[in-house]
Amino acid sequence: MTSIDLHIPISEEQIRSLHVGDQVRLYGVVITARDAAHKYIEDTFMHASAIPDSEQAVHEELKRLWAGGVMYHCGPVVSRDAAGRWRFVSAGPTTSIREEPYEADVIHHFGLRAVIGKGGMGPKTLAACREYGAVYLHAVGGAATLIADSVQEVLTVFKKDELGVPEAFWVVRVDGFPAVVTMDAHGQSLHEKVFEASKQRLAELV
Amino acid sequence: MENLVPHFIELIRRSSTDLPADMETALRRAREQEDPTSAAQSTLDVILENVRLSRERSTPICQDTGTPIFYIYYPAGWSTLALKQQIRTAVAEATARSYLRPNSVDTLTGKNPGNNLGDDFPSFHFEEWEEDYLKVDLMLKGGGCENVGAQYSLPDTRLGANRDLEGVRRAVLDAVQQAQGMGCAPAVIGVAVGGDRGASYIKSKEQFYRPLDDTNPDPKLAALEGRLTREANTLGIGPMGFGGKTTVLSVKIDSLERLPASYFVTASYMCWADRRRTLIYRNGQVTIE
Ligand code: SF4
Repeated sequence: MTSIDLHIPISEEQIRSLHVGDQVRLYGVVITARDAAHKYIEDTFMHASAIPDSEQAVHEELKRLWAGGVMYHCGPVVSRDAAGRWRFVSAGPTTSIREEPYEADVIHHFGLRAVIGKGGMGPKTLAACREYGAVYLHAVGGAATLIADSVQEVLTVFKKDELGVPEAFWVVRVDGFPAVVTMDAHGQSLHEKVFEASKQRLAELV
Repeated sequence: MENLVPHFIELIRRSSTDLPADMETALRRAREQEDPTSAAQSTLDVILENVRLSRERSTPICQDTGTPIFYIYYPAGWSTLALKQQIRTAVAEATARSYLRPNSVDTLTGKNPGNNLGDDFPSFHFEEWEEDYLKVDLMLKGGGCENVGAQYSLPDTRLGANRDLEGVRRAVLDAVQQAQGMGCAPAVIGVAVGGDRGASYIKSKEQFYRPLDDTNPDPKLAALEGRLTREANTLGIGPMGFGGKTTVLSVKIDSLERLPASYFVTASYMCWADRRRTLIYRNGQVTIE
């Protein structure tokens, strides 16, 4: 098994050297964001004429951590120990396509280098990956225990009370999180390739 | 009736955390067949490692613990009401112990009661039988793979599928191609031919209780199961849809009576996390397989 180690923050050069089908392991700080988080980003940071004072701090932190950073489409199951420390109990990927309307803008705004999820994303995100130098990483669906195991530490959480536990921005440090590049910065999508090839093969079979 | 609740909790725990041996063997065999440097092989490695860790730590194999579907075979004289009550108690307790995720949501209000209990949740099928012991089959059916199941009404002109086994073959291959990796391939495909729409879906899912390496008693269906497994694996979809030789681990087919007007082919999709276990209660002794 040959996998490429990606240390976060990731350089544009390293991201552009990746191709669909490459297996990677991630090391460093990753932040979760799913449906409500995307809507929050869109409403608060993108469309507002000015970011409200109350949200400035979160915005600054996200900008700092996501520059060259990684977003994970995940609604984790978490627990809290007696000392008040959070822990990821289960942390498999959630379906990414629901964020398709937002993701291109989000990648551009924060300078994201990778988005992790499952099921792949659409043409707008693929174009953004090419333009800004980013990739889509597919985690192994269902591998909840193993992925939670690679989450070494929960560093902090943003907007937990407003968005709820599964929808909050969880800032975690991962160590060897496994994924596969399925959309690269060269305009290639493994999802499209596999779909087209299997469609042709099906036509031969029937 | 004796209190079997602790045994039902254990049945749920085993189902959720301990993948059956036939599935694990099939995944291991698939791993050997994939190219050593491929994403397909490394994905199967991740899956197998996840299976091992979950068993060791007694944590759910997948965070989506699915719809618990119970098939209960009982000797004459048992109370199905009492059995149902005990199993529902066990489901709530297994949820509290995190063997199951709170997964049942009221469709109209979106409310989650948090204990996996609703009017129609979990799912029960009762059958009195002539044996002198109780058997409870449990399957945890994930949502992602449920979403990619498909039903065809033959003839289907798009597929050139007529009302015969060749038509069934075409429909099933189409369903596998449409699903891609979205149901967390590699899969077991359960197929039912005939019935009305509802009965056909139920029959297709009952196929998942069959041991993976059994042989269909109907030689024609046995041949079709083998052929479909081989052909589906030439589609190149692979584990999680990353490409590769393993798209399905097995195809299981059964038929049921139909009306002259209808000819349904239903393909249900079971992800690699094919979680199912059986409890037997005989002479006061419980075993879980
Ligand atoms: S399809 Fe199966 S493995 Fe995938 S997320 Fe759903 S239950 Fe888990």
